[in-house]
Amino acid sequence: MPRIRTILTLLAIGLVGLTGLALAQDVTLRALFMQQAAYSDDDVRNMTADFEQQHPGVKVDIEFVSYEALHNKIITAAAAGGGGYDVVLFDVIWPAEFAQNDILVDITGRLSQSMIDQVVPGAWTTVMFDGHYYGIPWILDTKYLFYNKDMLQKAGISAPPTTWQELLDQAKTIKDAGIVQYPIVWSWGQAEAIVCDYTTLLSAFGGSFFDAGQPTFNQGGGLEALQYMKQSLDQGLTNPASTESLEEDVRRIFSSGQAAFALNWTYMYNLANDPAESQVAGQVDVVPAPGDGTHSQVSAVNGSMGLGITSGSTHPDEAYQYITYLTSQPVQEKYAKLSLPIWKASYDSAAVAQGQESLIAAAKQSLGAMYPRPLLIQYPQFSTWLQTDIHRALLGQLTPKDALDDTANNVIRDKLD
Amino acid sequence: MLLPALTVVAGVVGYPFLRTLYLGFFKAPLLGKTRTFVGLGNYLQAFERPEFRAAVGHTLAFTVGSIGLELILGVAVALFLDRAFVGRRILRALLILPLALPTVVNAVMWRWIYNPEYGALNALLTQTHLLPDYRSWLGAPGIAMAMIVVADVWKNFTLVALLVLAALQTIPVELHDAARVDGAGGVQRLRYITLPGIRPALLVALVLRTVEALKVFDIIYVMTRGGPASSTKTLSFLVYEEAFSFLQLGSAAAYAFLTVALILVFVAVYIRLLQSRGVAG
Repeated sequence: MPRIRTILTLLAIGLVGLTGLALAQDVTLRALFMQQAAYSDDDVRNMTADFEQQHPGVKVDIEFVSYEALHNKIITAAAAGGGGYDVVLFDVIWPAEFAQNDILVDITGRLSQSMIDQVVPGAWTTVMFDGHYYGIPWILDTKYLFYNKDMLQKAGISAPPTTWQELLDQAKTIKDAGIVQYPIVWSWGQAEAIVCDYTTLLSAFGGSFFDAGQPTFNQGGGLEALQYMKQSLDQGLTNPASTESLEEDVRRIFSSGQAAFALNWTYMYNLANDPAESQVAGQVDVVPAPGDGTHSQVSAVNGSMGLGITSGSTHPDEAYQYITYLTSQPVQEKYAKLSLPIWKASYDSAAVAQGQESLIAAAKQSLGAMYPRPLLIQYPQFSTWLQTDIHRALLGQLTPKDALDDTANNVIRDKLD
Repeated sequence: MLLPALTVVAGVVGYPFLRTLYLGFFKAPLLGKTRTFVGLGNYLQAFERPEFRAAVGHTLAFTVGSIGLELILGVAVALFLDRAFVGRRILRALLILPLALPTVVNAVMWRWIYNPEYGALNALLTQTHLLPDYRSWLGAPGIAMAMIVVADVWKNFTLVALLVLAALQTIPVELHDAARVDGAGGVQRLRYITLPGIRPALLVALVLRTVEALKVFDIIYVMTRGGPASSTKTLSFLVYEEAFSFLQLGSAAAYAFLTVALILVFVAVYIRLLQSRGVAG
């Protein structure tokens, strides 16, 4: 009997001890990231490991999904109630919808004015709705024009294009010289990616999405943008595989030397110049996406993403520590190869620019020209209509005008807001 | 004794079913607290929307295309494997392979085969000079759905083949022998002995595959996500999009119920078919 009592006592002490240990390490955050473009999975894991080391007692479980699955994953986790994610990565097009549906915590009160001032102007629009801040921008990104220096040289072209028309002209020269069959590749699969490319062109041609709540993308610059896309496809200058490609497909095609030009995010610069990832390493350079020469000199879409705290999080303080750590200047500068920092000062840092001078030079121009996609609560519905109708025009089912009118009519019919 | 079983069935099947039916009469945002009663509004909207009508068309095209090919291929392969030859056992075992593959894996595999730049299909067709240039298989409307059908047929014709093969084994050899003695040729024996013998198995395969095909979602999600130009957007995909991308639970529920109705129409036709054959037999 005494022996049993001793064992029980020891067990009890052990249990209490374990509970104490568990209390000290109680906080586990769950964070959701995406698995393409910008920071690699390894980058995010390493940043997180460093954070955990500096914040004993806080552990972060991280999960990656494809960009295409990110929105619905956040939504379903929120709809299912508690026990979901504490921290989520969200796209610039969602704050209206997320604010309206109470998915993210309003962190306006936690941000200091000096912090706000040190960030590149425009980056904050990524996380804002109605004057409130729903997170901190993390991936400051836009689409750049990548080109293969060797191919241009072989075709006798001395400088990359400075207007969209010049891009077509140069592409034609390269095609006629037999250097590559389809000189340009884009991410025109039926997904958000095609809206990003369309927005870049719309802004270049001086178009707009809405004016006083009325659709305006079916005229002027918006219409010219789609006509341009169609023209480049019809003339065989754009790779027909573009209509089923996402960003990673564009990177593979460009990196295997099957394109002279590509529109893609920041992350492609270092990967396309990495011999382990690319057959054209060393031949790749980057400039801002051009303008049309009259309305614009350069063009860009705001493709940034932010980190936010979910309303269901039971550890908002630790979650805030985590997102301020990931977005902090030293961390962003350390991992500046696949995604550029949000901090103004970083763009004058020699360490950040080292080995990617032309990317930084392009960023300085492009980041200032970033054009927003429309800020709608029902953005996913709008985008789906637009993607489908752009595709219909590209694939010859409708004229560009009829296609854009169709989306505009849907917007008016459903009184989208 | 029946009560526990009934409770489980009511809880697991009945509640979600009735709840979906109920939601279909409301404008119900996925995340909002407020619901507005709209009566049959969601159903009327479905018939007005070109997206919905197009999705019905795509779903039917997928179903008819894939099931037609699966039946033809399945029966042909079963008849072949019913013969006696060396290596028959190995070939029969191989039939299981596509079936054992998860749909998502199958979809990813075919995506690679169809890849416009590195895909095996383009390589095969250009190297045999059947095609002058590489082409985009999943980026052109019309072709994309046909390509998905091929991917689906490759995986699922083996189910038909296995069911039919099992049925073929139950047809007594004596029947064929007797028919041969009576002077019946190969075609006549196929028509009057083989086909009646495998008809029940064919109907089972038909019902199973039709219900599956009308609900198709995963292979579409992986291969095209509904593109190009929404030409592969099926009913299930539309329901998913309406609920989780657009947060419209009410109309999603109505669309889902209309999908069920479509399935019931097919099943009713099959049951009639089964019964009339049963009486005739």
